[in-house]
Amino acid sequence: MSLLRARGLQRHFGGIAAVDGVDFDLEKGEIHGLIGPNGAGKTTFVSLLSGRIAPQEGRITLEGEDITALPAHARVRRGLGYTFQITAIFPGLSVFDNVALAVQGGRGRGDLKALVARALAQVGLEALRDEEAGTLSYGHLRLLELAMGLALQPKVLILDEPTQGLAAGEIAGFIQLVRGLTPEVSVLLIEHNMAVVMELAQRITVLNFGRVLAQGSPAEIRANKAVQEAYLGA
Amino acid sequence: MTGGRIWALHLAVLVALLAAGLLLPGYHSTNLARILVLATFALGYNLAFGYTGLLSLGHAMFFAAGMYGAGLPAWHWGWEAGPALLTGAAAGGLLALLAGSLALRTAGVSFMIVTLMFAQAFALSLLYFSDWTGGDDGFAVPTTARLVFGHALSADVPRFLAAWGVFALGLVIALALVCSRFGRVMVALRENEERARMLGINPYRAKLQVLVISGIYSGVAGAAYALLFGYVGSSFASIQYSILPMLYVLLGGAGTVLGGVIGAAGIFYLTEWATALTSAWLFLVGLALVVLVLFLPKGVLGWVRAKLWRNLP
Repeated sequence: MSLLRARGLQRHFGGIAAVDGVDFDLEKGEIHGLIGPNGAGKTTFVSLLSGRIAPQEGRITLEGEDITALPAHARVRRGLGYTFQITAIFPGLSVFDNVALAVQGGRGRGDLKALVARALAQVGLEALRDEEAGTLSYGHLRLLELAMGLALQPKVLILDEPTQGLAAGEIAGFIQLVRGLTPEVSVLLIEHNMAVVMELAQRITVLNFGRVLAQGSPAEIRANKAVQEAYLGA
Repeated sequence: MTGGRIWALHLAVLVALLAAGLLLPGYHSTNLARILVLATFALGYNLAFGYTGLLSLGHAMFFAAGMYGAGLPAWHWGWEAGPALLTGAAAGGLLALLAGSLALRTAGVSFMIVTLMFAQAFALSLLYFSDWTGGDDGFAVPTTARLVFGHALSADVPRFLAAWGVFALGLVIALALVCSRFGRVMVALRENEERARMLGINPYRAKLQVLVISGIYSGVAGAAYALLFGYVGSSFASIQYSILPMLYVLLGGAGTVLGGVIGAAGIFYLTEWATALTSAWLFLVGLALVVLVLFLPKGVLGWVRAKLWRNLP
């Protein structure tokens, strides 16, 4: 059984079918890419998974447990972590406090300081521990966002456009970091940067007009005619 | 280390207040007692508004609940101050739980309106059940009930000590709370509730907990006010007593532990000064507040925190 499973997920906004009957499986230990042209429904789909939006149809299970009716914070506590597309940290709090909040809300049990230190070390932000988060550079903010996701100690980590706005050198570091998370953490990666997806993901799901257009390995997706057409608009 | 300095500062303030109350002549010591009771109210309001971002316009209800919760048993059944204070605290907390569990389904302006409506309904109920509550006139708390361990709370020194004791306990608990894990959650809810939710925090439950704590503080303050100054009246349930703690907190510094007492003292003496000067004293108070918002928008301690001491809780 897959770790995170969605069946027949549907969410319409007025007459627009943002997500229109999507089946999806995230296997334990994999990095799964989610791509699609702008407006394909990626963000709505992960909002349904994380519980920020309620689905109109369909079911979601995590490790076999039905979580469709659970509010977002309860899903986080069960191991479904989410990092924000637009960095949404607490700017007035210190880096330490930002990560400490994630530790408190997540599944980690034990010494708070040690758990925060571990998450910061994973992304290489130990030195900025006592800085006010609002004063960090953009690249550091993205790393802090990731550290908060890791500090939740999730089973599944949903990364929403994590490399957006990062410099090339930072992206290389990020790829290494995410690869190192598996197999303990399974990753769902929503990403515009094709090079990053192709390099990291073992499997890719392509959404278009709220439906699954294709699913497969990076090589299969690259060779898929329908995907090429969707992206080229042909 | 900074933790040690923070505690040292707050304890020093408590000692200074104690010394001031015992050394100053009776009139000023009574003023200070009043300020400390109102500052306890402000401590509770600040936990909700300053730290958690819950802008309530209904705290007069919790204050008055404490006042009547303590005053009614003292009046009707001759309870002594100790147990009356406890029923007052319980009344404040219970009403906060009831009102909060409904009002917290809203946020922002709606939350303000809903809390205001609850408080108005409560104030009107006090008038409606006037056989029990004394209605518009209120009632004097019998002196026989204003006793703690045989000491009369109507005398200057025991009254001041009781007010100081209530405030000191409230301050220590508030400081411990905002420095705790839960205190971090409170600030997170104020700063970005949606982000906090996606970190596994249940916003509704956490905010309800804060509101109940805040209600207990307000209830204790209202009960102490009744028992120390001997009068219970429905005017304490009016909107004015929802606005006052907000002013204390804004003047002293929202989201600072010591802001409440600074603000309560400031507004108290500002009112004293203005009423002595003119019958249009509210005009002067209002003017002072406009100046405050323009030039010191974060309040006294908010300014101190921004400029001098970043980690001040």
